[in-house]
Amino acid sequence: MGAAENGMRGITNILVCGIGGQGVMTATEILAEAALALGFDAKKTEVAGMSQRGGVVVSHLRFGERVLSPQIAPGEADLLVGFEAAETLRWVHMLRRGAPVLTNTSRLSPPVVECGVFDYPPDPVGQLRALGVPLQAFDAAGIALEFGDIRLGNTVMLGAMSDHLPFPAEILRDAVAARFAQRKPERLDVNLRAFDAGRARAAALVA
Amino acid sequence: MGNALTAAVARRLFLSGNDAVAHAVRDAGVRVAAAYPGTPSTEILEVLARFPGLYAEWSPNEKVALEVALGASMMGARAFSAMKHVGLNVASDALMTLTVTGVEGGLVIAVADDVGMSSSQNEQDSRFWGRFAHVPVFEPADSQEAYDMTRAAFGLSERFRVPVLLRLTTRICHVKGRVDLAPPETREPTGFVKDARRWVMVPGNAKPRLPLMFEREAALAAESAVSPFNLLETGSDCRIGFVTAGPAYMHVREAFPDAPVLKLGFSYPLPLARIRELAGQVDTLLVVEETEPLAEHEIRAAGIACVGKAVLPRLGELSPEVLRRGVARLRGEAAAEPDALPPQPVFPRPPTMCVACPHLGIYYTLSQLRNIIISGDIGCYTLGAGHPWNALDTCISMGASMGMALGMDKGRGVGDGNKKIVAVIGDSTFMHMGMQGLLDITYNRGNVTILLLDNRAVGMTGGQDNPATGRDIHGQEAGRVNFPQLCEALGVKKERIRVVDPYQLPVLFKALREETKIDEPSVIITDRPCVLIDDYKKTPPYAVIDDTCTGCGNCLEVGCPAIHVSRRDKVVKPSGKEVDLAFVRIETSACTGCGLCVQPCAPEAIVHATPVVPVRFMKREG
Repeated sequence: MGAAENGMRGITNILVCGIGGQGVMTATEILAEAALALGFDAKKTEVAGMSQRGGVVVSHLRFGERVLSPQIAPGEADLLVGFEAAETLRWVHMLRRGAPVLTNTSRLSPPVVECGVFDYPPDPVGQLRALGVPLQAFDAAGIALEFGDIRLGNTVMLGAMSDHLPFPAEILRDAVAARFAQRKPERLDVNLRAFDAGRARAAALVA
Repeated sequence: MGNALTAAVARRLFLSGNDAVAHAVRDAGVRVAAAYPGTPSTEILEVLARFPGLYAEWSPNEKVALEVALGASMMGARAFSAMKHVGLNVASDALMTLTVTGVEGGLVIAVADDVGMSSSQNEQDSRFWGRFAHVPVFEPADSQEAYDMTRAAFGLSERFRVPVLLRLTTRICHVKGRVDLAPPETREPTGFVKDARRWVMVPGNAKPRLPLMFEREAALAAESAVSPFNLLETGSDCRIGFVTAGPAYMHVREAFPDAPVLKLGFSYPLPLARIRELAGQVDTLLVVEETEPLAEHEIRAAGIACVGKAVLPRLGELSPEVLRRGVARLRGEAAAEPDALPPQPVFPRPPTMCVACPHLGIYYTLSQLRNIIISGDIGCYTLGAGHPWNALDTCISMGASMGMALGMDKGRGVGDGNKKIVAVIGDSTFMHMGMQGLLDITYNRGNVTILLLDNRAVGMTGGQDNPATGRDIHGQEAGRVNFPQLCEALGVKKERIRVVDPYQLPVLFKALREETKIDEPSVIITDRPCVLIDDYKKTPPYAVIDDTCTGCGNCLEVGCPAIHVSRRDKVVKPSGKEVDLAFVRIETSACTGCGLCVQPCAPEAIVHATPVVPVRFMKREG
C-alpha cells in the first residue's frame, strides 16, 4: 500500500515528524541508508537549527532513480510517520490523497500548553481518523518501555513502517542491524527486538 | 576545471552539504581552518576537527577566524574559514581589505545563509559580499557540488590570488545526498615573503593595488564565462528559460523538467554572454534566486530583458510549489492547488529551554522583578523572551545587549527614570563581541547591571567549546578565561562583580535587587554548566505529592519542560475574584533534580521521587 505503489513515479517521498530528542533524524537516516543500500539516489533534509530545544522536527526523505529537490511538497508524501500524536496532525496536509499514516499515540505537551497559552487537541488520533486517512496508531513509547528504554521508540517506529516501503522490510531491518553493529554493538540485539515488535504491532492493526 | 579531480572516484559517501565541504577542505590539502559556530554552518568545523593532519579551531568570533585563515594564507598555506551569514558582517572588516592584498595560499570562505530563518535574527543575502569585495562567488546546488566546488575554489583562489566565497544555504548545509570523493591533494606552504607593498595596507601601498583588484575582477568574469559550473541545459519548452543557482536550481528542474536552464555555479561575476544566449532562445527569461534580486538587476542592467521578483517571493525559501505558483502568475494562469488535506490547526511548538537549564532560574527571577528593561543577546537565553517568562526585551546582534543597555541608560526620558537597565549575555557571546560593549559601559559610566550567564558552552549551536570552557575544539585542555578578572580589567569595580549559583533563587534575586539599586556598572556572573555538556551532573529527580499540591501554578512559572499540568480547576476567592488553578505532576524520567521548581512551591508539595538526604534551599529574604 501507499509508498509501495508509487514505483511508477520513480520517487518515494517519506515524511517523518516528531519533536527534538525523539530520534526522528536518526530514524530517517537509517531509512535513507536502506534506500542507498539498494542503489537508489536519496536526499534527506530537515530544518534542525533549534530542534534540540524540544521544537518541531520534520525530516524529508526522497529516494528513487534521481532525486532533485530535497523537499516534499504538500500533497506529495507517500507515507507520513509521526512520533507524537499532535505532530502527526500538524503535517497531515503533506500526504498524497489515500497515502497511509503511521503514528505513535504519545502526547507530549510543550510549556506553551502547560502554562495555558495554547490548548493541546483533545483527540489528535481521532481527528486523523475523522479526516479519513488510512491510519495505524499505536503506543510506540509503551513498546519501547517494555524493552526498558524510551529511546528505542524510533526503532519501534522503523519496524512499524517497514511494511509500507517499496522494498522488503528485511532491507530496513538490515540497515538497523548494520548501524548498531558499527556504532553500538551492545545495543544491536535489543534494537532488532524493538524493530520486530513495532513491525508486529503495525501488522496487527488494520489501516 | 576539476577534470583531474573527478577522473577518479576515491569513495562514495552520504553527506550533508556541511560534511561535504569539510571533506573537500581536507582533500584540498588545507592546513588551517577556523570558524565561530553558527547555524547552519556549524558542522563544517566539527567535522574538520575530526580529521588528522590539519589545524582546526573555534575562534572567538568570525573576524578573528578569517584573520587566522588569512595569516595562514600569507604563509603560503591553504586556509579556510566558515561562518553563518551574519558572521560575515563581523568578518567583513578583514574581508574588505584582504581583497585588496589578495591571498597567497588558497583561501576559501564558506558563508551559510539561513534562508527561511530557522535560527537567525535576519535573512540577508551573502552574495552581495562578492560584489562589494570584488571576489568570486560559488553556489553549489547539492552535496556533490559542495564537494566539487570547494575543491575547485582553492585552485581558483591560487590562480587569481583571490579569496573565494562559497555561498551555502540551509538547504545545502542540512541536506544529505550522495557524494563521490576525489583523490586528495597534498600542499606544502610556500613560505612567507616579506613584501610591505603587498601586505601593509597603508594608503600609499593600497592605492596602487585597487586597479589590480578591478583587473582581477575582469579576468574572473572571463573565467566565469567559460566555467563548467555555469551550465546551459537545453529544453524543449522554450516559453520560459530559467537562470538559477544553488538549491533553487533543483526546484526549477523538479517543477519544469522540459525548460531550458542556465545553472549558475560560478555565479559572480555573472556569465552575461551565456545569459544573453539563453535569452535569445526563449520567450521569457525568469531569474530564480534566493533571496534578493541580485542577478536579476545585473542582467537587466546589461540590457537583457528578464522577470524575477515581480512574480517570485523576495523572502523565504523557494520550492517547486512556490515556483509553479510564480510561473502561473507570469503566464496569467490560475495556479493549480495541491490535491491535499487542508492544514490542521495545531498549537505552535517553539524551541524551549531544556529540563534543568540554569537559565530557567535566571528568567524566573527576572520575570519576578518589576520596573526593569532587559537588554538581550543571542543564544539559548534569547528564549527568555517567550513563555512563561517574557523577560527579555531586545535581541539584535552578537554582543549588542551591552551597547544597547548603555544607550538605554543614556537615552532615557523622565518616564523611564525609575527603570533599572539589565543586560543579559552568555559567555561565548560576551567574548565574541560583548566585551567591548562592557568597556563602553565602564568607560562612560553607564548605570547597567550585567548578567553574564557562563554555562561553559556555545549552547544554542550544540554545546561547542570556547575560551570560557577551558577546552579546545578537540576537547583538549586549553586556556580558560577568568570572567571576574576580565570584568575587573575592563573597569568594573571588584565589589560590583559577583559570582552566583543560578539554582539558588533567593541568592540570585537578592543579588539582582541589590545591584540594580546601585548607580554604577555591576556584573553578576552565573557559573553553572549547560545541561547538554559533560560538565553537567544529574541529581535525583523530584515528584509532586498530589494531595499537597494546591494548584497555584507557581512552579509552572519556572518554565521547565518536565513539569506538566495534570488537572485544571477554578476557585472563587472571598473577594469574588475567580482564580485558575493548575495541579501539576513532574515527568520523573526527564527530571534531573535541579530543584528550581521546589523553591517557589509554598506548600512544599515537590519532594524527591525516592527519599534522599534532604537538600535545603535558602528561603527568600524579606
